Amino acid sequence: MSHAVTKEVHHHPALQHHFEDMDQQREAGTLGMWVFLVTEIMFFGGMFLAYTLYRSTYPFAFASASNHLDITLGAVNTGVLILSSFTMAMSVYFTQIGKSRPQILCLVITLVLGLTFLGIKAVEYKSKYDDSLFPGRLIPNRPFGPTVAQHGDSDPHKLHLLGNATVKQVELFYWIYFAMTGMHALHMIIGAGLLTFLLYGSIKERYGPEYYSPVEVIGLYWHFVDIVWIFLFPLLYLLGRHFEHG
Amino acid sequence: MIDEAFELPRPSKVNYINAQYGLKSWLLTRDHKRIALLYLGSITFFFFIGGLYAMMIRLELLTPQGDLFHSTTYNKVFTQHGILMVFFFLIPSIPATLGNFLVPMMIGAKDLAFPRINLLSWYIYMLGGLITIYALLAGGVDTGWTFYAPFSTTFSNSYVVAAGLGIFVNGFSSILTGLNFIVTIHTMRAPGMTWFRLPLFIWAQYATSLVMILGTPVIAITVLLLAFERVAHVGIFDPALGGDPILFQHLFWFYSHPAVYIMVLPSMGVVSELIANFSRKNIFGYKFVAFSSLAIAVFGFLVWGHHMFVTSQSVYAGMIFSFLSFAVAIPSAVKVFNWTATLYKSSISYDTPMLYGLGFIGLFTIGGMTGLFLAALAVDVHLTDTYFVVAHFHYIMVGGALMGYLGGLHYWLPKISGRMYPEGWGRFSALVIFVGFNLTFLPQFVAGYMGMPRRYHAYPPEFQVFNVLSSAGASILGFGMLIPAIYFVWSMRYGKHAEANPWHLPGLEWRTQSPPPTENFETTPIVTWEAYEFAPPGETEVIGKFAGELETA
Amino acid sequence: MSEHIVPIRVYITIFLILLVGTTLTVLAAFQDFTYHVRGREIALNAVIALTIAVTKATFVVLYFMHVRYSSRLVWVVVTSALFWMAIMFALTLADYWTRGWLPVGY
Repeated sequence: MSHAVTKEVHHHPALQHHFEDMDQQREAGTLGMWVFLVTEIMFFGGMFLAYTLYRSTYPFAFASASNHLDITLGAVNTGVLILSSFTMAMSVYFTQIGKSRPQILCLVITLVLGLTFLGIKAVEYKSKYDDSLFPGRLIPNRPFGPTVAQHGDSDPHKLHLLGNATVKQVELFYWIYFAMTGMHALHMIIGAGLLTFLLYGSIKERYGPEYYSPVEVIGLYWHFVDIVWIFLFPLLYLLGRHFEHG
Repeated sequence: MIDEAFELPRPSKVNYINAQYGLKSWLLTRDHKRIALLYLGSITFFFFIGGLYAMMIRLELLTPQGDLFHSTTYNKVFTQHGILMVFFFLIPSIPATLGNFLVPMMIGAKDLAFPRINLLSWYIYMLGGLITIYALLAGGVDTGWTFYAPFSTTFSNSYVVAAGLGIFVNGFSSILTGLNFIVTIHTMRAPGMTWFRLPLFIWAQYATSLVMILGTPVIAITVLLLAFERVAHVGIFDPALGGDPILFQHLFWFYSHPAVYIMVLPSMGVVSELIANFSRKNIFGYKFVAFSSLAIAVFGFLVWGHHMFVTSQSVYAGMIFSFLSFAVAIPSAVKVFNWTATLYKSSISYDTPMLYGLGFIGLFTIGGMTGLFLAALAVDVHLTDTYFVVAHFHYIMVGGALMGYLGGLHYWLPKISGRMYPEGWGRFSALVIFVGFNLTFLPQFVAGYMGMPRRYHAYPPEFQVFNVLSSAGASILGFGMLIPAIYFVWSMRYGKHAEANPWHLPGLEWRTQSPPPTENFETTPIVTWEAYEFAPPGETEVIGKFAGELETA
Repeated sequence: MSEHIVPIRVYITIFLILLVGTTLTVLAAFQDFTYHVRGREIALNAVIALTIAVTKATFVVLYFMHVRYSSRLVWVVVTSALFWMAIMFALTLADYWTRGWLPVGY
């Protein structure tokens, strides 16, 4: 009995033995990443649900807490991520048309932008730490205890309470804030790791028009992380801005 | 091919077991069949420990007084029984063992879509198991496997975070398995293997994988938030600090109800195979059974509030959940009717796998119908948190899921190992298990209906007779389950050699040698037959060198 | 899986749309879109913000993530995820938002 399939096919070095051809492999890879993103949507979804419930229960507390976040940094971060999604998409494009230098350049820019996002996040977290806004006893030496601004005091480090908000309710906002942005940041860090892996492969010239699936698939992950932020930004930062003049 | 003179297969022929030797070749394997065996070993280990906890429960409950354990210790015992059985046995059992082994074979593929991720999922499972075992050994967890807040977040003095972390990690194993199955079934079917030629076992695995993908992430975030709350004391679920404990229950049950479908759907897939194959008849209403698996997967996500009828959940939401809970019984009933119709006027052979399959149908029906009692709002007020609930879910999980698992193990043992189990002992132990199981759990329905609460280590003396019967049954059940454990191991060395198709069945997995070669089929099969197309012996083509070993009697 | 290569100008257009959307949502946040209709207060700020966010996300999904050019299976996968999240929200909120209704004994 002759050995297996006798098609005279030149196998791409990246073809895995259990797939018939590169097309099937790419289809499986893309579908696999989409199914994984479904799990991510459900994962973040649980936190969005908690947010929805607590926001509708304590609207003024959430507005007060939201106003205390730095809207400039938040908006800049949003711009940074959107730009990084653009450069990521461009990197896939250049891989598909076989232009390796622009592809690598776009990957580098994406990575730098991602790290910029994380840096800005770190600055924000530091300011929260300074204002004692880490919830509960998450930081054992610095329990939640912001200074509440009195009427007329416009110190930005103090918490300005709106309506019938209480400090305890504001703390609930902050656990959601840290849980969601923290989880998001964790995903960004993982994304940065994946990009580094891609960079390494790109420098080694592993990817091209016949084999761009890893770039595409990691791109999908990166875009997803961007989308989560697209929702986080208005929900966390922009809640109560219309009260600021009120 | 059939004309070739054949020799009885000798163990020295190359198959996935002897292709490579050495621990490293097993621990670093990418072969889905080897990974299935890795899972089989670890799952059996956790089942055994969970069983030990069950034994402790039944021993304590022999007498009305709480004389064996202190109440907190008893809480730990039933909690750990639940955690190990649910997360480390039932959820992975069929998908990770039989599913991993058979999904590629049944669709004609060489492996799953992502073999390395498959191996990773086993390591993640082991890591989760290790963390959980650490939690147990360090002092245990006493919150119930349901981890209700605020006891779990604020008042429990046990290793909640560690146990939760173990479950969190284990969840990824589930997710990766489900992901692998979905992609494989969509993209790697052999030529000619259309969706409606797939064995129903594949439909069931596919539906299960959907549930794994959509549900498990929610338990992941729930457990993380639980840990966050316990560490930071923020008040996420603590009413004293402004949080809502019912939110925990919503998030928890959003996964944990569909989880029970993760546990039972694969078993239903096995039963479809057993019923059709051991009655030599095409399954009645193939499409109905296939779609009912999907329907169960979808509807299963809509009913979680029936675990929360007596919380402060809105009564209107309760009505919606109650109605939907009745609705979810319908696709299950469709399966039971179709299996029964398949048996009608068929050629039944009462081999061990068929006995388990028949047992499943009866016991699952009882479990399912008692679920309807619980779905009725007013009745549930009386029955919730009693032994009625305990009996209900054990009828499904043990009488249903476990029976399907055992039936499947027996059925596919020749394919997996190239050896047959001893049929006489197989039938005997199936009967012992059936009798022991019913003696254990039937009295619990009565006890629960009469008011015996669950999770209590001491109870009023009028319930003792039921508990004694139940514990007696449990010993019989335990004994019954030891027998297959012994003869499975025994048959590895002394069992009759099995040929490619010892049951003479048309499924694609039977058309390659037993045990299969690493790449499953020597050539990519081209599928031209429908599912469960029973042909006379001698006409079924076997692919590969050992084509001739099919008996033509 | 299609080999469709999305042209650069599409990417640039989408990128600009996203930037515009971000600017819009920040500006809209500072306006008070609360209307009084028949004695009740309808607060639209959240609705506007979410609409813009959903639009932005849709563009990212369709063009950056290539769903516009992908197979129907991918499309089904994406919609299913959103549908499932909707189930989680809908049935949970069905509990919370109906609790204050007519008292029924407990």
